[in-house]
Amino acid sequence: MAQVVPANQKWWAGGRSPFNVEYGKLMMWYFLMSDAFTFGAFLISYGTIRFSSNSWPDPNFVFRSFPGIGEMNIPLAFVSLMTFILIMSSVTMVLAVAAGHSNDRKGVIKWMIWTIVGGAAFLGCQAWEWTHLYHQGAWWGSNPFQNIDGTPSTTNFTNFFFTITGFHGFHVFSGVVINIIMLIMTIKGVFDRRGHYLMIEKAGLYWHFVDLVWVFVFTCFYLL
Amino acid sequence: MEKTHTTGGAAAHAEEHSFDKKAIWRTFWILLIITVVELALAILEFETGFPPKFLLNGVFAILTLAKAFYIIAEFMHLRHEIKNMIMTIALPALLFIWFVIAFLYDGDSYKKLRNRYDPYHKESTQPKKAPEGKETQQPGELH
Repeated sequence: MAQVVPANQKWWAGGRSPFNVEYGKLMMWYFLMSDAFTFGAFLISYGTIRFSSNSWPDPNFVFRSFPGIGEMNIPLAFVSLMTFILIMSSVTMVLAVAAGHSNDRKGVIKWMIWTIVGGAAFLGCQAWEWTHLYHQGAWWGSNPFQNIDGTPSTTNFTNFFFTITGFHGFHVFSGVVINIIMLIMTIKGVFDRRGHYLMIEKAGLYWHFVDLVWVFVFTCFYLL
Repeated sequence: MEKTHTTGGAAAHAEEHSFDKKAIWRTFWILLIITVVELALAILEFETGFPPKFLLNGVFAILTLAKAFYIIAEFMHLRHEIKNMIMTIALPALLFIWFVIAFLYDGDSYKKLRNRYDPYHKESTQPKKAPEGKETQQPGELH
């Protein structure tokens, strides 16, 4: 948002936003803060339970499958692909926001389509992963995996895994829906008539947040 | 004079606020490389057991925070906002430091207390030392 900012601006003197952003964008940031604490509470309760357990399943053993290859010993390969897809779709989202800055409608349409494709690909990957784990016997309340030291495991592992990746997946899904709505509005020329593409920026903030949460989910469930 | 300054400032402002394609791709490569390094370390540990797990977890935490920083600062563009805006997001986020430490400490404390006062729990969740019974399972086997 190009806005004239004189030197020695007194931000809190009234008359304009002391944060130099429009209302909607600030509220999106505050919403994301509250969402960050929701995810934080989930992940930290997972951490608390894990710290209170004498042992825990080994992610390198649990997440070692890849579609088409099956039970090969390639730990974490598939989830890395998912991570790459999500980072990539974050990049195309920034490019869409950048195109919006220069009121380049075609650019916005092109990059929004790629972002939606990336989000859908991520959801597809997650659907495969969930289906695969389900067929191995993992679900809420059922855990076929042993702890890393060979002792029987509780269902805490699968309960947290499905709840948290499910909550994240639901965010990805709503992000894709929001992006599709943004794409339709762009194609219909709503933002051109409005004179700015700030809505794309707000959708972009949400989308990057989804990527940000995945970074933490990835570390907590697959690496640690 | 004020006016000329303002217009000049606006141009410079628009310049620094517009998205720099180079910076976007640089951020992408940083994120990708950090992720690849994390994976390489995880697989190395899985195959050889070389970097001790507690050390590796510290490394993963630092690398994760680095990735979070780049996503927030560059992709979400927070680094290029004014200081008021950065602080209204960054200061509440500091609560996470307390949040993480307090709750992980709590979990660890619960584990220790339970192991001390509930011998059955301790015995049933610890690996059996010698194969006394025939029911002992092989590690890594599905049950």
